[in-house]
Amino acid sequence: MDAIILQILNGLDKGSAYALIALGLTLIFGTLGVVNFAHGALFMIGAFCAVTLQRILSISFETVDPTKTDFLGNPSTVDTPYIVHWFGPEVGGGIIDWSVPLAILFAIPIMIAIGFIMERGLIKHFYKRPHADQILVTFGLAIVLQEVIKYYYGANPIQTGAPEVFRGSFDFGVLLGFDPNVIIYPYWRLVYFAFAALIIGAVFAFLQFTTFGMVVRAGMADRETVGLLGINIDKRFTIMFGLAAAVAGLAGVMYAPINAPNYHMGMDFLVLSFVVVVVGGMGSLPGAVLAGFLLGILESFASMTQVIDLIPGINQIIIYVVAIIVLLARPRGLMGRKGVMEE
Amino acid sequence: MFGLDKKDTTLLLIVFVLTMCAPFLLNPFPGNSAMAQFNAGYPDLMQRFVIYGIFAIGFNILFGLTGYLSFGHAAFLGVGSYSAVWMFKLLSMNVLPAVILSVIIAGLFALVIGFISLRRSGIYFSILTLAFAQMSFALAYSVLTPITNGETGLQLSLNDPRILGESVSASGGIPFPSLFGLDMRATHVMELGPWMFQFSAGYYFCAVLMLLAFYLAIRIFRSPFGLMLRAVKSNQQRMNYTGLNVRPYTLAAFVISGMYAGLAGGLLAAMDPLAGAERMQWTASGEVVLMTILGGAGTLIGPVLGAGFIKYFENIFSKINDTVLHQWFAFMPDGIEDLLVTVIHPFVGKGWHLTLGLMFMAVVIFLPGGLVQGGQKIGNLFRRKPAADHTTSAAKTPAE
Repeated sequence: MDAIILQILNGLDKGSAYALIALGLTLIFGTLGVVNFAHGALFMIGAFCAVTLQRILSISFETVDPTKTDFLGNPSTVDTPYIVHWFGPEVGGGIIDWSVPLAILFAIPIMIAIGFIMERGLIKHFYKRPHADQILVTFGLAIVLQEVIKYYYGANPIQTGAPEVFRGSFDFGVLLGFDPNVIIYPYWRLVYFAFAALIIGAVFAFLQFTTFGMVVRAGMADRETVGLLGINIDKRFTIMFGLAAAVAGLAGVMYAPINAPNYHMGMDFLVLSFVVVVVGGMGSLPGAVLAGFLLGILESFASMTQVIDLIPGINQIIIYVVAIIVLLARPRGLMGRKGVMEE
Repeated sequence: MFGLDKKDTTLLLIVFVLTMCAPFLLNPFPGNSAMAQFNAGYPDLMQRFVIYGIFAIGFNILFGLTGYLSFGHAAFLGVGSYSAVWMFKLLSMNVLPAVILSVIIAGLFALVIGFISLRRSGIYFSILTLAFAQMSFALAYSVLTPITNGETGLQLSLNDPRILGESVSASGGIPFPSLFGLDMRATHVMELGPWMFQFSAGYYFCAVLMLLAFYLAIRIFRSPFGLMLRAVKSNQQRMNYTGLNVRPYTLAAFVISGMYAGLAGGLLAAMDPLAGAERMQWTASGEVVLMTILGGAGTLIGPVLGAGFIKYFENIFSKINDTVLHQWFAFMPDGIEDLLVTVIHPFVGKGWHLTLGLMFMAVVIFLPGGLVQGGQKIGNLFRRKPAADHTTSAAKTPAE
């Protein structure tokens, strides 16, 4: 029992990332009908927003510290970040420590702006083109974004720490009444899951309970009719694209402490996220979220030693196996609407 | 000639002449000049041109004719490489059986994957092929280590049996791949003043196979079978309503293009007898998509051009560094020189992928027919025949 709970918990953080990216992909596909291969790159840019903010906050000036000397006897220099200088070590150090959560605020405008530019500048021209062309052009865009990031940040992963409070792990099992030291779980992963749940909840609430969301849902169901009612649906869809980009970016920001950001993390996640979207059903938002968590948890179950002993290598391929079975047995995915891209 | 009409014969002859004279054509700059680094006429790179040309021709038979976008074609390339190396390990160092086996194994592999994947079309087909390729990649890395030698990659060793050949060559090393005794690495060097032309046996072996593959592709394009595949692309639903089962046709196209990929993989192994799992990764599948689209999907010569273009850039463009740039712009005033170098720097050398990505996007946006369409447009511009465009554009526009 404790092993099962541990695997479910382990699957949650990856599942959250899959679910968030898949949610964004589905938003874009459901509204604009575009298959966006650059979505993984948006996730990666989000993670690099966290890196950038941390770097900006840590910009320092050098002072000579006369009390300390290095091994040659020269006075050693100390780097003091401006923030610490301005706000004092307590507040300033705290701000730097909390740079990843702060990066959420930093990333939202950036990601929405990138989403707007992408949609207005490029994707707009591809609505009428076949899906293959959309895949290809966004694939090209993903390469470009990836290379730009690589040029400025280098090819190596960049460690980006979570705030001090959330570092380390805690004994989750004790809370549930198990023996101590059975279920040890890192704080930050729990934070990530809670954050993902919050974002997903917010997106659904936005679509469900606001007039704007209602119009967007109507547009997803029948774009033409909504347009004929005199509503500028294109403008709303552009905003939705920005929103989807922001969701992917936020998923990336918060993922930075779990996995040190590198320039190809987007592509790694994208392939799996597409599988997630297809398993959940193209165009179905709840399907994307459900499939994201399901596949994340399934993946972590498949990496248990007992399972690997039984079927070697299953942890590497489980997601693809599930995808193939689902696609062949139920082409519209778990929760896809009948008739949407079923062929 | 060869059952082709006049236009195709001309095309085949041009390609024949180009590949046979490649050691001259790709070596236009004298060895002692500053431009010598743009020479691509060395065996290793020329082999890559023709091998990836075969790969792209095969991919084009599937994507260009039927419109099915496979994102997992590298799996067949990898399988071909592995089978060729196994043939070297077990049978002999002769390249012919190795290449034949890799084509057969890749064909069987494509038959299985295609049979399942072709039940769906559109993006689902892309995802299915991607899933299969990623599965093969993951398995080759982990569970199948006895067959694939995992991360290290499959290599030859002195202990291999090589029933028909020799385990150890006369000099005590691992023998090299050969064609009935003709060493694949044998290179005849012709020095002509400052020029140095290299004629490699391996290159000509690959080139002959590429010509055969190209000829076969022309025949497929012009056959009733090819016409049927085009019909699938332009309107599959209508084909179904006429009571025709299109799956055997698409499956045949898939298997043929898988065999082309297997041939390319086998040749890669024949030129350099090792095989690694990274050849199956989805980035490798993405590369062949880039090649085909860049050159011009659905055209005969396009994929070959695209493959040559990308491989040339990968090997030559990536060598340009700041020193070279400074040499080029040395004649300018210092300030402008530095500015130019700073501006160009991100796009060359290690950053050549950026150029590739931008170029690819530009091609998809403005030239859906690829470089071939670009060439035609320029040609029309000079010929001033506005009416000539409609036949080509009608053939190129991908149908829903």
